[in-house]
Order: sequence, then structure tokens, then C-alpha cells
Amino acid sequence: MVNVSSLLDLGYLVSATLFIFGIKMLSSPKTAPKGNMYGAVGMLVAVLVTVLKMQLSEGGIEGWMWILLGLGIGSAIGYWMATTVEMTGMPELVALFNGFGGAASALVALSEGIRVYTSDNYVIAEPIYQVYHLIPVLAIGASALVGWMTLTGSLIAMFKLKGGFTIPFTKKWIRFPTWGPSWLNYVKAGLFVAGLVMIIMSLNDPGNLNLIYGIVILSCVLGILFVLPIGGADMPVVVSLLNSLSGIAAAFTGFVVGNTVLIIAGSMVGAAGLILTFIMCKAMNRELFDVLFKAFGGTTKESLTRTKVGSDPEEVAMVLDGISKCIIVPGYGMAVSQSQHLVKEFADLLEENDVDVSYAIHPVAGRMPGHMNVLLAEANVPYEKLIEMDEINSEFGECDVALVIGANDTVNPAARTGEGPLGGMPIIDADKAGVVVIIKRSLSVGYAGVDNDLFYEDKTMMLFGDGKKMMAELNSAFKEL
Amino acid sequence: MSEVIEIFMTLEGFILSLTVFALAIFLGFELISKVPPTLHTPLMSGANAISGISIVGALLAANYVEGDTATILAFLAIILATINVVGGFMVTNKMLQMIRGKKRGGK
Repeated sequence: MVNVSSLLDLGYLVSATLFIFGIKMLSSPKTAPKGNMYGAVGMLVAVLVTVLKMQLSEGGIEGWMWILLGLGIGSAIGYWMATTVEMTGMPELVALFNGFGGAASALVALSEGIRVYTSDNYVIAEPIYQVYHLIPVLAIGASALVGWMTLTGSLIAMFKLKGGFTIPFTKKWIRFPTWGPSWLNYVKAGLFVAGLVMIIMSLNDPGNLNLIYGIVILSCVLGILFVLPIGGADMPVVVSLLNSLSGIAAAFTGFVVGNTVLIIAGSMVGAAGLILTFIMCKAMNRELFDVLFKAFGGTTKESLTRTKVGSDPEEVAMVLDGISKCIIVPGYGMAVSQSQHLVKEFADLLEENDVDVSYAIHPVAGRMPGHMNVLLAEANVPYEKLIEMDEINSEFGECDVALVIGANDTVNPAARTGEGPLGGMPIIDADKAGVVVIIKRSLSVGYAGVDNDLFYEDKTMMLFGDGKKMMAELNSAFKEL
Repeated sequence: MSEVIEIFMTLEGFILSLTVFALAIFLGFELISKVPPTLHTPLMSGANAISGISIVGALLAANYVEGDTATILAFLAIILATINVVGGFMVTNKMLQMIRGKKRGGK
């Protein structure tokens, strides 16, 4: 007789297939929205199949209340968070969701561990069964080590993306620290090895919950120490790597509960996430190893010896009068100051005066790759005006004014010399424009800690101040012309 | 004795699972090769939502009502995984609509 419950496993094949196509389609602009839909449908199928299987199993579902309540609360919170999030807060939210995913996997493993080890029926298996027995013990340990690390790491990454946090009940804003002397790497390695040792110990002493709790604590600490030394601008890479880890945690959990779709989806996301991490690193011209283990910039900032007289918005507005082509180069600073709407207003003003305006998008501008696109799209900038670095660089020669707002390293000519921290990084050729207007709070060095020669050139006009304030002043100055 | 074997997979099952695990990893490595920078964040977010598949594990674990601590943990796992899944797909969709929607000239 055909077992219906076993046949239902085919549903998992359907959802795994949907996941595969979903990820594949997400990597191409035309099919991406459909790919996301495929993923969501795949997830729905997986959940329905699981619920059906449990209902059909002997005794049916005993924990209806928990299951419905959990799904309800989770959906409500997820819906609420996704609908209320500001476009600028998107990267933080992805990091937070990722942490939740890792935590969920780790909690399942822990729950199964506690349930089985504290069960009255639990006995140490006879030698002949020990192989079966050791697999889940190994999986519980591995899932704990990876999953909890994903949670704490993602939380730290979230705060780093935000830049800091407000102390509850006060309005005091604390900048999130970046701290990591080089000896910390040995501590991290030591903790990781200790985690592995504890997993091995748990194989010899299955049922010892203290070992599992030990792994949990150790993994939490490891996640924090792992992300703490990495600077804010490298967070995209870290979140991508943590995303990969949460996939791996899900796969390990699949071994704990003996479920194929967890193993397939988890390991696939783990591998694809790792590839995406490398792709991102390449776009930033960074080695993954350096990102993770070498404190970059920050510590050895060059002291500034040169000065540059700032310009005022009226002067800049006069320069802008009568030009024919302007390229806007947005960066991290535009995201931080939330000035994208004013930038769009500025572009509209220019266009009314028959100026050709376009935007040069550096692959790693902003807090996450693609961040500029999303921000400017939010401000209703037409998509075809956003031009990627490689395509627009040749246009700077005939460009009258390049307006750089809140970008530094991505327009630093020092990258062309091939030396120093920026060496070899592709940059936007803003310095080839007739006049370069730079909106920036000060002359301070960018994330890479390298002074920017562009600031000191004669054709460069610096507008010192907050991006939003300066854009507003520039707009009104231009209107008054 | 019975419980241990019942819950956990058999050796055959394990080897099969290990095969699936290894093949899925290779598949994941080959799945994406070129991604335009615009899609890095949506792809990460979409893949992240898929890693919320641990919702299935959470459901399975919550089905046993006997162990108190274990059930609470599984309950928490369902909530967190559901947030990851629902929020993840919605946010990804929001980002993609934003990028694509304006292509047609904006709403």
C-alpha cells in the first residue's frame, strides 16, 4: 500500500525546485520579481506539506495551538516590519531577519536536543545503533555552533549598519564601537576550536546538555567578536557571509530533524550566499580574508596637513548656470543624510534649464550594493538615469559639472596609482569633469583612511556641511538665479 | 531505545541525506555567477528568506507537546522563522518593485 505521508515528500521536491529557480531568477533583473515569488510559493508548499504530513502521522498534530499561534505572531510581526521599514533601513532589516533565521535553526536543534536527552525513553544506544545515534548528536552541536553565531553576528551587524543606538528612555545616541586588536583573531580561533572540541566531546558523552549549553554560549560570543572589529562599510560583505551561515545552520538542522527540504534549501543558500559574498568582495576590490581578519582603515588614518577653502552654495549655483551636462555621484553620505529627495529636486531644477542630468553609480556606493539605486528610486529618479560606473566613466570628459554628494573613496584618484589601501579599486572618474562640486562634512579621510587629492584640485569646489542642508541651500540658491 | 531510532534517521537515510547535502552545495555554487550590483541586496535578501526554511524544522519540533522547555523553544523558533520568511519575501519584493516600478516611468 502506498503511504500517503511518504508521497507527500514529493511536495518537498516541488518546493526545492521552486527555490532553485527562485534563486537563479533573482540574479537577473528581468526575472527577479518572479524569482522572489517562486521562492515564496516554494516556502508555502513546504509549510503546507509539513503540516499535512504531521496531521497524517500517527496521533496527528498535538501542538496545534503552538503552531498556529507561532505562525500567526510571526506573520504579523514580519508583515509589520516589512511594511513599515524605510527604504534607508532596508539593509539593517535584512541583517535582522538573517539573525532570526539563524536563531530559528539553532532553537530547533536545541529544542530537539533537550526533548530527546531529557526524555524518559532516552537510553544510550547499544553499540550497533551508535552510528545512527551519533549523527544527530553531531548535527545538534554543529547547528548550535553555526546558528547562534549567526544570530549574535547579525545583531551586531545590524547595529553597525545603523551606526549606533539610542539608550532606552533617554535620547542619547551611542555610536556603535569598532574594536579589534590583532590578538583578537587568536581568541576567535581559540573559541572556534573549543567549539569543535566540545562537539567531539558531546559525541563521547551524548545526552550531556551542559556541553550543548556550552556550545551555545561560546557560539554567541564568537559571533559578537567576529563582527565587532569589522567596519561599517564592509558590513554588506559580512551580512552576505552571515546569510550563507544561516543557510548552513538550516542544513545542519535538517540533519537533526531528518528533513530533506531543510538540507537542500539550507545548503543551497549556504553555497550561493558564499558565492555572492565573493562577488561583492570583488566589486569592492577586497579579499574576503582581509575583510574578516584585518582591521582596515580607521586605525592608521593619515593626518591631514592640507587645507581647502570651502565654497558657498551661491557660488556653486552660479557655476551651474548655463551648463549642459551634469553627473551626480552619490555615496554613503547621501544615504546617511537622507538627502535623495533633495538630490532629485536639484536634478529637476537643472533639467528645467535643459541640462542633461544622470547619476553615476559605483558598485559599492552606499551601505549595501544596490543601495543607491533603491534610495534614488524611492525619490522617483527614473531608472534609466542611474548609470553604472563602467558605462558612465567615459562621459565625464564632456561633463561640465560633477556633483559628488557624500562619496569619497569611490572618487579618489589615489586608487589609480595601484598603491595603498585603495590601490586598484575601480573608481568613478569624477575628476575628469570640468568642475567638481563635492558636498561633504569635512576634508576627513574616507573609510580607507586615504587622503583624497581631488578635494584640493583647483577645479574642485567643496561645500562643507550636512548633505541635506547643503542640497537644500544649493536648490534655493539655484532657484534665485 | 525505540525513541532514539524513531526520531533520528537511519544510516541509509543519513547517507542519502549527506549525498543530497553535498549535491545541493555544488548546485548552490553553480547557481549564480554574474549578478549585477543592483541585485546584490535583493538577491541576498531573497536567499535569506529561503534560509527561513528552518520554519519546517520548527513546525516538526513544536508538534511534541510533552517537553515543556523544548516546546517553548520550538514555539519561539516558529515565530522567528516565520518573521524571517514573511518579512524576508515581502522586503525583497518591495526592493524589486522599487527598482522595476520606476523603470516604467514611476507610479
